[in-house]
Amino acid sequence: MAKPPLSREDYLDLYGPTLHYTPPGGFRTVDDYDDLVDTHCCFCGQQCGIKLKVKDNAVVGFEPRYEFPFNRGKLCPKGIKRYLQGSHPDRLLHPMRRTPTGYERITWDEALSETVAKIQEIQAKYGKDSFAMLSGVSLTNEKSYLVGKFARLALQTANLDYNGRLCMVSAGAGNKKAYGIDRSSNHWEDITQAKVIFIIGTNIAECFPITTDYIWRARDNGAKIIYADPRMVPMARTADLFLPLRVGSDSALLMAMLHVLIRDRLIDEEFIRNHTVGFEETADAVSNATPEWAAEITGIPAEKIELAARWYGEAETGMILHARGLEHQTKGVDNVVSCANLALATGKIGKPGCGHSTITGQGNGQGGREHGHKCDQLPGNRDITNPEHRKYIAEVWGCPEEEIPGKGLTAQEILNAIHAGEIKGLLSLCFNPLVSLPDANFNREALDKLEHYTVIDFFLSETAQHADIVLPGSLHEEDEGTSTSGEGRVIKINAPVTPPGEARRDWEIMLDIANRLGRGKYFQYTSTREIFEELRLASRGGTADYSGITWDKVVNTMGVFWPAPQVTERGKTTMNIAELDSLHPGTPRLYEGGKFYHADGKARFNAVKWRESGEVVDEEYPIWFTTGRVVSQYLSGTQTRRIGPLVDQFPHPRLEIHPRMAKQLGIATDDWVTVQTRRGEVIIQANVVNTIRPDTVFMAYHWGGKESANLLTQRALDPVSKIPEFKVSACRVRLATPEEQAEGERVKAASARTEKNLPAGYGLNARRQELRR
Amino acid sequence: MSDLRFFIDPIRCIGCKACMQACSECATHRGKSMIHLEHIERGTSTQTAPMVCMHCDLPTCAAVCPADAIKRTEDGIVQSSQAPRCIGCSNCVNACPFGVPRYYPEIDQMLKCDMCYDRTSIGQKPMCASVCPSEALFYGTLEEFQARRKGTPKNTFQFGAQTITTKVFIVLPEGEIGLDMDVISHMDARFEPDAFDHLDPFAHLEPLPQAQGGLL
Repeated sequence: MAKPPLSREDYLDLYGPTLHYTPPGGFRTVDDYDDLVDTHCCFCGQQCGIKLKVKDNAVVGFEPRYEFPFNRGKLCPKGIKRYLQGSHPDRLLHPMRRTPTGYERITWDEALSETVAKIQEIQAKYGKDSFAMLSGVSLTNEKSYLVGKFARLALQTANLDYNGRLCMVSAGAGNKKAYGIDRSSNHWEDITQAKVIFIIGTNIAECFPITTDYIWRARDNGAKIIYADPRMVPMARTADLFLPLRVGSDSALLMAMLHVLIRDRLIDEEFIRNHTVGFEETADAVSNATPEWAAEITGIPAEKIELAARWYGEAETGMILHARGLEHQTKGVDNVVSCANLALATGKIGKPGCGHSTITGQGNGQGGREHGHKCDQLPGNRDITNPEHRKYIAEVWGCPEEEIPGKGLTAQEILNAIHAGEIKGLLSLCFNPLVSLPDANFNREALDKLEHYTVIDFFLSETAQHADIVLPGSLHEEDEGTSTSGEGRVIKINAPVTPPGEARRDWEIMLDIANRLGRGKYFQYTSTREIFEELRLASRGGTADYSGITWDKVVNTMGVFWPAPQVTERGKTTMNIAELDSLHPGTPRLYEGGKFYHADGKARFNAVKWRESGEVVDEEYPIWFTTGRVVSQYLSGTQTRRIGPLVDQFPHPRLEIHPRMAKQLGIATDDWVTVQTRRGEVIIQANVVNTIRPDTVFMAYHWGGKESANLLTQRALDPVSKIPEFKVSACRVRLATPEEQAEGERVKAASARTEKNLPAGYGLNARRQELRR
Repeated sequence: MSDLRFFIDPIRCIGCKACMQACSECATHRGKSMIHLEHIERGTSTQTAPMVCMHCDLPTCAAVCPADAIKRTEDGIVQSSQAPRCIGCSNCVNACPFGVPRYYPEIDQMLKCDMCYDRTSIGQKPMCASVCPSEALFYGTLEEFQARRKGTPKNTFQFGAQTITTKVFIVLPEGEIGLDMDVISHMDARFEPDAFDHLDPFAHLEPLPQAQGGLL
């Protein structure tokens, strides 16, 4: 039974989050390090280059990596302080088994034996698919690939999914529908050449800070910025045209813009004729989508919608950028294809300064969705239901095709199935669904119902506290491999240090489990480089083709953009990795010359019919509720809520509320308020700001427990991408009662400890010995 | 003297504090940030502004120091107080027209930005300008700046009767030639002439329906 035996406060005492401020050995008065290692940031999809200072097998600081072309030394606060997660007092250092009073230290042999015995017991009793696996896309490409193979061939379950399901899957599905391939259409340098940049549903300054530099470089070249968002986020503040759209109304705005483009003949008829399919049907679908119609839905004045369409249509070059604001919806795929419709109608794609890109939120959000740890995909972005694709991968893996399970459940569906008692066991790797999935109370109930849960992670996250067996895995800087950035650039992650204590590299742990499950014959690797070599072969001929990419080439050229198919031996059906050449230069810009990735080489228009979100405001819940990020925190906060200087920047979530709504409700800044939806309630302090729509409140989602925004969000899914509706809920807000305020203050006070204030039983000194490696 | 200059362009500032976090990594001040970020007013804007030492040609802080603890290098960098000389009187803190120096009681000494002298003196960029994601902080030559950036860099400032020229430039919006301005309005300046129409972009939206004592 996976219900945690301890209170949240007890876990805080034992496993943090502890606010860690100083590098190993303290701050040094002179620069004192043994080595400076080129690698990349472990956080968002920009994957900035960074140099890590290493001393005594510990990361002690950073230096800018000016020569890496994407960020040229630039970093956000998370990248600068990332090194503090190494040698952290909360770090998991040895395997543990849950006891009625917490966790006890056990040997690796005991931990692995018990995990494998439980997997076998549950699968014998309830069937193979009753044991599920969840993984994260902070993993390298090699680990993502291995997880996909491990779940299918070692665990032999169909029920594998990844936390990219909470991130870019709507963009992935929309891109595939429109263009036949799932990747940003261009490298980021194209942004600097654009004459108009249309940004919708993304807080670029706080979520992808280095991208702001590309936008400013475009502005220095004369570009205009159109920014659509319910909040006036920092980049929107400086936009040439700001469109304050209501949450969930994105596709109405986009349809009306297409309406204006067609009405005013601002379309590229030749491009449409030669390179696309389905324009007429899409044009019909927007024939009544006038700016006046969209103004009613979006709350944006009609003349501003006209202006946005004209600016985008008339500009010589143009770029569309979006992220979770547009994708985290039950209409995520509709919204993405609506953006694609604009790019295709104006021919602003496949050319310098033109493109349509999603901004990947998670570190390896791009690469992680290409190599087969999605429930519906095999490596190379292959379709798990396609017999030819299955046959090829079976050949690479050396297994009978029927050993590869079929399509499984998606991440939220796995939690739903656990709640329904259909899935009994779980193995997870770097995934914290209790904070990152919607409707946290429901998910907590689900985790409590598991018969067995083994977690591989490096900190004991909120979700990991439900585990029966904890296996200490590896941090980003403790293993090497590749990652693929948001612009599609495959880059090399290096490992300056080895895991501390008894912690091990994640891939080695998976290999051990596979061996003990009697499936070791499929997992004969001695290094991650060997895993990459097999990945090259497995991706060959798929849309995400890495076969022409080698680690050496990635290092020598500062990254290679996929697809990079094997060049000289194209078409040869070799299964010998050594025969794969690597002469392809990579593909920074897709679709050049109007060539798309559908079988006929043409892009697809997709007609969209306007529909409302899964939940809309009503008399009972009259206020729109939306969520997002802050710059100093990353995703579910498992890492960043432990780094003191980052927590100090933004220690607790705040409810952003417009002064007009605040006045109506009698709320001032710092007041404690209670936010309620049909799923749950949160007690939180208000921040009265006039940078948000007066009908909408906002809360950042990085926190767990009673500070979790996802107590309020809903499990409604996009029908195609199965992404949950994080960005649109209906809520009510009122001043907290004195009792609620006291509870809020208690939760706030008990959210973290500082190193100076650790309880005696914490054993920090003993841990420090092990952290010294 | 080096022809490398430091530019601050507050319009570009996204308030991320990468500058402060990077500054605090400097070996010479051990976990303390010598750059400050001003929040203009979060209630009304997301505007923020980073502030480093302006490195005045005739530094007021040094002029008022009774212990002669503040030195300016030959290449125009005004240093933090020298530890053996500083008497912790805070004259410099009070006198600086830009509000830069800070007194640290735990060491009884004034510290401030020295433009990463350990780095800039050997040809490297200061840490804050190296990492700044949006180049609100920029370190390079004036020619380099002008070749690729809009805006007008200014390094002469008037405080009452006192005229101060600095090594650090503040970037004003294109075409601006003086400092006789409403600072907050300038930070909201856009490239479009009618850009100010979104100072309250939500003005047109109807208030929420209201019943007795609260929202419906």
